[in-house]
Amino acid sequence: MTDLLRIDNLGKRFGGFVALESISLSVPAGERLGLIGPNGSGKSTLVNCICGTLRNEQGSVHFDGRSIDGFAAHERTRMGLSRSFQLPRPFVSLSLLDNIRIPLLYAVAARGTHRSAHDIEAQCVDLLREVGLDAKARRLPRDLTQVEMRKLELARAMAAEPKLLIADESMAGLTHSEVEDILALLVRLNEKGVTIVLIEHIMRAVMSFSRRLVVLVSGRKIADGQPDEVMRNPEVERAYLG
Amino acid sequence: MRTPLFLLICFVIAAAVFAGAIAFGNDYVFFAGYVVLQYVVLSTAWNILGGYCGYVNFGSAAFFALGAYSTVAIYKFYPLPIPLLLVVGGAVSGLVGFGMGYLTLRLRGAFFAIATLALAVVMETLVVNWDYVGGSRGAYIVRPEEIYPIGNYIRYLFLIMLLLAVAAITIARLIERSRLGYGFATIRDDELAAEASGVPTLRLKLVATTISGALMGMAGAPFPYYIGYLQPSSTFGLEYAVNSIAMPLIGGTTSWVGPLIGAVLLGSLQQIATVTISSAVNLLIVGCLLVGFVIVAPNGIVGLVHKYLQRKPDDFVGRRHVETESPETVP
Repeated sequence: MTDLLRIDNLGKRFGGFVALESISLSVPAGERLGLIGPNGSGKSTLVNCICGTLRNEQGSVHFDGRSIDGFAAHERTRMGLSRSFQLPRPFVSLSLLDNIRIPLLYAVAARGTHRSAHDIEAQCVDLLREVGLDAKARRLPRDLTQVEMRKLELARAMAAEPKLLIADESMAGLTHSEVEDILALLVRLNEKGVTIVLIEHIMRAVMSFSRRLVVLVSGRKIADGQPDEVMRNPEVERAYLG
Repeated sequence: MRTPLFLLICFVIAAAVFAGAIAFGNDYVFFAGYVVLQYVVLSTAWNILGGYCGYVNFGSAAFFALGAYSTVAIYKFYPLPIPLLLVVGGAVSGLVGFGMGYLTLRLRGAFFAIATLALAVVMETLVVNWDYVGGSRGAYIVRPEEIYPIGNYIRYLFLIMLLLAVAAITIARLIERSRLGYGFATIRDDELAAEASGVPTLRLKLVATTISGALMGMAGAPFPYYIGYLQPSSTFGLEYAVNSIAMPLIGGTTSWVGPLIGAVLLGSLQQIATVTISSAVNLLIVGCLLVGFVIVAPNGIVGLVHKYLQRKPDDFVGRRHVETESPETVP
């Protein structure tokens, strides 16, 4: 498989604090990658560097065969690199339907895909149905629970029709059955050809979803391999259990 | 409601307003009405950046003055008809708006607001020291007494401002309901999430500062003909900056109708106060109303109506309530 995402020697500092230290990582197309690590290990910083929210001072990021260093976040989204945020960031003045409509109007339309307003509306409703929010399509995000916000966040990331979707703790706070629902959704997406990077603290979800696991600790990659092997890695055990 | 129909309704209302002012039989109505309409344009223009995008601009007076001083500069070279002066004033202010956007849009919140305030100070200093347009001593513009077939020149200026107000409202409404308007709303709500959704936030902010600046400049372009004697303090006055912020806030910032309501309400009140008490109380009225609205109705009059209508989709209550409609094509 060809690499959809390739990170070479990526480094990021915040003043004197080293957030990421020489991270190298390849994600082949169609992969289901789990990215784990304790709080403060640099997972979200890595996602921010990949998606263009933060600029990396060292190393480079390649996506779909080309370097995306220097590309703005919206350009990366338009190329097919989509993310959900760890803390939901809905567009509070827009209805759920309009929240989903935005990536279709901007990210998807920028690829030259013309769709009628009616088709876009139908697609928004379908996406909301997939995450179980279709009944609240015309409501504002303030009417949602935290769990529903997370679903909306994921649906909005999916609406950008990504080649690579980074789901940053999309399942935090969800019940067992809701986690199963989201996992099933991600698996379906993956089966359609979308590469998924799952960042999660719910180990049951990570282990059942991921074909490959990467572990970050203190801004360094300490393990990368099959999930079972990685979890038996003494360094990973030490990082998690002390 | 489609834009051509909306425009037609606006023209009918504008014609009725003009006919009503003539029927009143006193030219002072045109003098007072001109100021109210000028504020309709200014507050609508301010709202494109401040209301739709959430970027508070304290430099409205600078853009307004740029339009006015463009007219003075051209008048001294070769007097042009006012519609052409509107284009020139709009182009100059739009260009400065673009420049301001380019230099300041990485700033947010109070920092952006302070930068726009600084722009007004810089512009005023430049004008005060520019002899060609009169510098600190000011410049006289002699306007014709009458213009065929309208009659008294103030009626002509009123008509120009009326048409400009219609244009500004139509542009604002068009933006609000287009893909551009959706983009602006995402910038106001969450820029990071907007970028992650593929919205080119910096580019859209430049579009907003340019359109907003251009409309403010157009509002200022006929002003020297209205006032007759233009001096820096009359164009860079605090009232322009304060009114163009307060009017949308009182009317409601999420919709084109908010600045219109705010400007008509506040502008008319100020004109009544000017005649009955003194123009010195104008800013006092704005301050009191603003404090009252911040406490009682933080989302302005449109917000109050929204609360009353309880989520009924309505053409007149803004983005939150047009959510079922599909965006129109960007102009």
